[in-house]
This record gives sequence, structure tokens and C-alpha cells, in this order.
Amino acid sequence: MNAITPINNAANFLRRAEGLSAPGWAVALRAAGRDALAARGMPTRRAEAFKYTDLAPVLNAGFVAPTGSRNVPPMPAQRGRARLVFVDGVLRGDLSTLPPRPLSDMAAVLGALTTPDTQPITALNASFAEDGLVLEIPAGEDAGLVELLSIVTDGAIAFHPRHIIRLGAGAKLALLDTAQGADGIAYLHNPVFEVSLAEGATLAHVRVQAEGRAAFHLSSVHAAIGAGATYDNFTLNAGGRIARNEIHAALNGAQGACHMNGAQLGTDGQVVDTTTVLHHAAPDCASRQTYKTVLKGRARGVFQGKIFVAQVAQRTDGYQMNQALLLSEDAEMDSKPQLEIYADDVKCSHGATVGALDAEQLFYLRARGIPADEARAMLVEAFLTEAVDGVANEECRAALDEAVRSWWAREA
Amino acid sequence: MPAVAETIEAVQSVTEGGYKWGFSTDIEMEFAPKGLNEDIVRFISAKKNEPAWLLEWRLKAFAIWQKMETPVWAAVQHPPIDFQDAFYYAAPTNAQKPKSLDEVDPELLKTYAKLGIPLKEQAILAGVEGAGDTPAEGRMPIAVDAVFDSVSVATTFKDRLEKDGIIFCSISEAVHKHPELVREYLGSVVPQADNFYAALNSAVFTDGSFVYIPKGVRCPMELSTYFRINAKGPGLFERTLILADAGSHVSYLEGCTAPQRDENQLHAAVVELVALDDATIKYSTVQNWYPGDAEGKGGIYNFVTKRGACRGARSKISWTQVETGSAITWKYPSCILLGDDSVGEFYSVAITNNRQQADTGTKMFHIGRNTKSTIVSKGISAGRGQNTYRGLVRISPKAVGARNFTQCDSLLIGDQCGAHTVPYIENRCMSAKVEHEATTSRIAEDQLFYCRQRGLTEEEAVGLIVNGFCREVLKELPMEFAVEAQKLLAISLEGSVG
Repeated sequence: MNAITPINNAANFLRRAEGLSAPGWAVALRAAGRDALAARGMPTRRAEAFKYTDLAPVLNAGFVAPTGSRNVPPMPAQRGRARLVFVDGVLRGDLSTLPPRPLSDMAAVLGALTTPDTQPITALNASFAEDGLVLEIPAGEDAGLVELLSIVTDGAIAFHPRHIIRLGAGAKLALLDTAQGADGIAYLHNPVFEVSLAEGATLAHVRVQAEGRAAFHLSSVHAAIGAGATYDNFTLNAGGRIARNEIHAALNGAQGACHMNGAQLGTDGQVVDTTTVLHHAAPDCASRQTYKTVLKGRARGVFQGKIFVAQVAQRTDGYQMNQALLLSEDAEMDSKPQLEIYADDVKCSHGATVGALDAEQLFYLRARGIPADEARAMLVEAFLTEAVDGVANEECRAALDEAVRSWWAREA
Repeated sequence: MPAVAETIEAVQSVTEGGYKWGFSTDIEMEFAPKGLNEDIVRFISAKKNEPAWLLEWRLKAFAIWQKMETPVWAAVQHPPIDFQDAFYYAAPTNAQKPKSLDEVDPELLKTYAKLGIPLKEQAILAGVEGAGDTPAEGRMPIAVDAVFDSVSVATTFKDRLEKDGIIFCSISEAVHKHPELVREYLGSVVPQADNFYAALNSAVFTDGSFVYIPKGVRCPMELSTYFRINAKGPGLFERTLILADAGSHVSYLEGCTAPQRDENQLHAAVVELVALDDATIKYSTVQNWYPGDAEGKGGIYNFVTKRGACRGARSKISWTQVETGSAITWKYPSCILLGDDSVGEFYSVAITNNRQQADTGTKMFHIGRNTKSTIVSKGISAGRGQNTYRGLVRISPKAVGARNFTQCDSLLIGDQCGAHTVPYIENRCMSAKVEHEATTSRIAEDQLFYCRQRGLTEEEAVGLIVNGFCREVLKELPMEFAVEAQKLLAISLEGSVG
């Protein structure tokens, strides 16, 4: 072809990573991340997996490392037994009620569930990986609800926490993970979760992404689900200018279950993207996905969901539904559900719909004296209910409802 | 440089498995020199005595093609194709287009008779032309354009069609007789630069059919093109152009077979449809190219670009395809719904058995107001077959009130095959409504048991269930084709159970 070396589009990040000193546990991980970025850069829209989400604004923004601010922002009330708090990208022991554990404890399993070469968002995290939530629940224990909270108050920072959550056989945990930030600052929050569930373990993972409106949120969850274990993820994707949540889940043992539900709320200038890749790698597993997207103004919603069924995964029961509501003439929804099936004794289905609010339903409510705005709000709430109803933990549900209400109050 | 094509006994096709169209005909053929370069493009154009503008058009396409790269996004695998190791033109030596059917080489007529395609009008119509709208043997009359390797060898019922002002001829003939139409519409739906194989086709296309239905005319019979690859070596690059003027209606059928050979052969066709105000085009395909043997040796690479433009208000284009043949199918018949209230439809059955691979689907572009589209796709995988539905529904901001419904069902027979679904839905219009659903499952034990109880063999039972699975699509086919298609489904699945 030609001899001109193209400029690596992740150059801003690579330059910043170069001078960074790394603690022992992070050396190999960061090197692998940087190698992936150096070799391939970050994906453009020509890459199939990023066809609908352009990362150029993130790559061109230019961020600084967390500055070590000691701000104490107003804290939402603690809902769980304990919580780990990040402020401005820094883990704050003084504000946390959960004693932090260093990632060095996890050196043996760090990065085991990820392949930075094919997962650019994860590679970006790996290049800068920092301490995050490290939780190990011993076999048989019910750890109740634990919270992970990130608040950004200031600075165009980029932070890349790596969270590791491991549940022993039969252990139980509910994790409420909330990300918030001030509007008007273009920061990047790039968390990666590595979740592994031993036999019969149950994790309810509820994520409330309500970053500031100028922020970038690129997150990736990697879950390995053992035999008879259940991973239950709900993600509210409502904040940020560009927000992409990836979930890579693998059902590795027989009779495992994976539930992935979510709601995306987008408004002017936002891109909200949920991308799920579910790998059925063992027989007799069940998966359920329900995603709802509501778009206003010039918002863009993206849903990509792939169900992969390996040949050994006989008697797989897989279901996926994604629905989107367009509330404005300028909104756009792009969805790409995908089935890739190599086993024959399976029941797999997916569905997708995109449309406006039903005029008849609106009329029904108006005819009963309900003002137009209120009627629309009711219908949107009802639309989201199917997905939100999947959240069983009451505290998490309350947090979600609150986030959805405050979004609506702000946007309506 | 006449050469003699290799002959394989027709009998062999019977003994070697279910592909009964696998024979080849020994006919004197003329080939272009092997390989592909500008001179070959000029050679083809000269052979066809084409006007300068068409040669220019071809050369432009060739220049574009040379700069393009082979697409790799489809879920199919094959060794790289050596485009220099192929012939791009092969025609029966006696290629002077016969004035009447009596002048057609009897060997050719025999070939088509063997394929079940009667080129003799008398064989279809009782009595003399004009006296007979009475179908003989219960058959409806069908006008056939028969394409043999690179050339059209015969077109039937031309006189009858001319009475209504309908033009039905080979595209080479249309270039000479109706240059204004060809020049205006050729490449207007599938431009030269559209994709790799469309660019290749634009450079080297040899023959194909041309149809023009005048204003307000309802075509009195089914039109059909039958493509036959015979000679060893050449790819088939046909180009079909169908124009339906305002208020007209036409139903067009396409069939195809090829001899059974160990080498892969390339078929890269382009089909363009244009429907003006209130016009309807119904395009049905039964694709039965040689699929290769059980080990995946041989078979046709079927890399086809088909697209229709609903340019007029209330126009309608309906694609129905039954894809049973080919080693690899790569095909996405699409509709551009420009006219307000226009309608696009896509009904598809795709079967992959043994080592066949199919990556097929459709694209629906909603641009006009209140445009509607329906997609029904049934994929059946057996043996080691890989079957992918890939589709796009795009609603532009102006397509107020647009509506799409998509249903993709996959059936798996055996645990070595794969079924995949890759739909893309892009909606930029609030008032549009898009629905998509897809399922994948295998034949239920209780369905099989029910049939077996009633004395059907397992293979018969599978055939029956598969036919039921495909019913929504098969009922869209014209009667004649539906019967053939049902038989084909059964043959394609032979050896997939037990």
C-alpha cells in the first residue's frame, strides 16, 4: 500500500501512559493494554463493533491524571452495609465504610477474563489500571448489599479503576454501583469489572450511570458464571455525552443463568450505547435480556447484543428483547441483535422494536383528564417498567427509580 | 479459438447424489482468453458489438474494481479467488442469435428440455400461437429467456408480448434495440462502484434479461430467465434490468443450474429493478446452482447483487427466493423505497446442507413517506452447513409513518451446523415503527413422532415439517415454482437425518 505510517488515534493516551510508573501488580497488565493500543489504536466507526458509536471525541479530548483533590462532595445516603467511594477518580478511604483492598491481592487472577487485543475499552483501562473495588465473598456467605460510588466534582480527569468481584460457591452479593459527576466537565470514567461466580453463587449487579452531561463513560463488565450460578445485571445508562457499557458474560458451567436488563435514557447530543456479548459455553443454561431505550432531542441510542451458543451448549434457552421509544423527530436508534448458534437443541429468540409513543394510549389517558406531559411520563414509566422490574433488591430498585425520576424531571 | 467442453454423463449425476442437473452438454464453445484485464473487457464489448458508451462504462467499472478489495465481512469462508484463473466469456460457437426457435441448436434445446424448461412454445401452448390461451398439461404459459453461459440463446413468446408493447429480450439485444432505456437505467440502481462483485460484473457482464413493461400494462404471463452454466471454467456474470412503467405489473421468475464439477465456479450477477408510480414487480428466484459434494468439493460461488428501486408512489417490489444450491451464497436482494406509500417485500428460504454456506438477507431503505416493508426469512441448516441471515432496515428522517416487520426463523437439523442472525435496525424517524423478531430451534421431537406414527419415514417427516416451516415463503411463489421449490427442499435435505 503506502509507506506513510498512520497516526495512532490513541496517541493522546499512549503519550500519557509512557511516563507512568506502575506498581508491581500492574506492570504486565498495563503493558498488555499499551501494546494493544499501540498496535491497533482505538476503533473507528469502520470497526464493526463500533459502527454506531464514534469514540473520536474521547480520543481527541485530552485528559489529565486524577489530581488528588480532597473535595468532600455531598454524599447520597448509604443504602447498603458498606460502601467504597471514589471522588474525582481517587479512592477515598476516609469517605468509605468498606476497607479498601489493594489489587495486588488479586495479581494471580487479574486480567484473566479479558482479552485486551479484541476489547479496546478494556485495553484502554488496562493501560492505566488503578485500584478499584476488590471483593471476595467466601463460599456460602450472604454479603448483603455493597455499594460502589464514584463522584466527579472537578477537572478533565481520566480514571480507569479495575474492579474485581469474586464469589465463592453458593455465596450471595448485591452490588449497587453508582457513577455521578458534575455537568460541564469533560472527564472520562473507564471502569472495568472482572466478575467471577463459583458454583451456585448469585450476584445482583445494579449499575446507575448518571455521569455529568459533558463526561465520557466507557465501561466494560466481564463475567464468568459457574455451574448453577446466577449473574443478574441491570444497567441504567443515563448520563454522559458518550456512554458505552459493554457486558461480556460467559456461562461456563451447566445450569447457569444470566440476566442482563437495562434502561437507556438519552437526550440532546448524547450517545448511549449498550453492547452485550453473551457466550453460552455449557449445556442447560438460560439467559434473559430486556433492554429499553428512551430518546429525546438529538439523542442517539445504540443497542448491540450478541448471543453465541457453542456446540456443547445443548438445551440452551436464550431470550433477548430490545425496545426503543423515540420521543423526538431528531432522535436516532440503531440496534443490532445477533444470534450465532452452533448447537441444535436450543431455543433462542430475540426481538427488537423501535417506535413512538402509541397515539391511542396517549388518547386514552388524555380522555381521562390527564395532561399531555403527565400522560407521556406515565407511558414512558410503563415502558421502562418491564426492564426495571427485573431488579429484585429493594434498595437497588429504589435507587434506580430515583435516578429515572430525576432524569425525567430534568428533561421533561 | 473454439474449444470443446468436457462432458460428464448425465447418469453420473444420479449416481453421485441428488443433484440431477449436474450433467454438462457437449457443445462447441468459443472462449475469451483466460484472465482478466482491459483487453478482455474490450474483447467482450467487441464480441457483443457494443456502442462506445457501454465500453466506456465497462472500462470505468473495471478501473473501479481494480482499486477495490474483496469483501470479508460475510460469515463465509473460502480460499481466495484467483480472478486471473478464469474465463470471462464463453458462448456457443453458433452464437448468431437465431431468428426463430427452429434455428436454435438442437443440442441446446435438448439441454433445456432435460432441465424441464420447454423452449418450444408449442410444447406449452396447445395449438397455434394466438389461438391458445388454453394451457396444455395444466401449465400456464411462461415466456422464457434462456441464458447459456455467456449468451442468451433463445427468448420465447416475444411476439405475443410485443402486442402489449412489452419488451422481453436479452440485455445484449436491448443495448442495440432500446439503447435509450438501457443507457438511462443501467447502473442506476446498482452503480458500478456499489461493491466488489457488482463492479466486476459491470466490467465483464455478458448477458442477462431485459424487461420493459409499458404504462398501465399487466404482463399477461410470467416472464422467466433460465441461467445455465455449462462450460468448464467461465464464471457467469449476467445482468438483468427490469423496468416497470407507471401502473404496470410483472411477475418474473429466475432459475439456474450448473454441471457437477470439482472446481468452484463464480457466479456474480447484478439484477436491477425499477418500479415507477403504482407499478408492481414480483421477482422470484429458485436458486439451484450445484452445491458441491458432501465433502464440500466443487460448487458455485454465488455472489450476487440484487436491488430494486421503488421510485414511484405506491409502487411495490417483492423478492421471493428459495436458495437451495451453491457452495456459497452471498446475496442481499434489497429495496430502496423512494416513492411515498411504496412497498418492499422479501421472502426467503435458504437451505444449507453438507458444507454449504449461505450469508443472505435483505436491505430495506425507507425514504418516502408511509413506506412499508415486510421481511420473512427462513433458514435451515443441516449437515455441516452454515446459514446466516444478515439484514438492514434503515428509516430516514423523512420516512414519516414508515413501517417494517421482520421475522427470521432458523431451523437446525443436526449438531454440526450453525444458524446465525445479524439484523441491523437504524431508525431516524419518530413516527416510524420497526419490529423485528427472530427464533432458532430444531425440529421438535413431538412433531417428528407424530409424523412417524402416521407411517412416514424420518426423511419424509423432516421434509414435511420443513415445508411447513417454509410455508409463509413458499406461498408467495408462483404456482409452477412452488411445486418445484417444495421438491427441491426435500432433495437438498437428503442425507441430513438418520
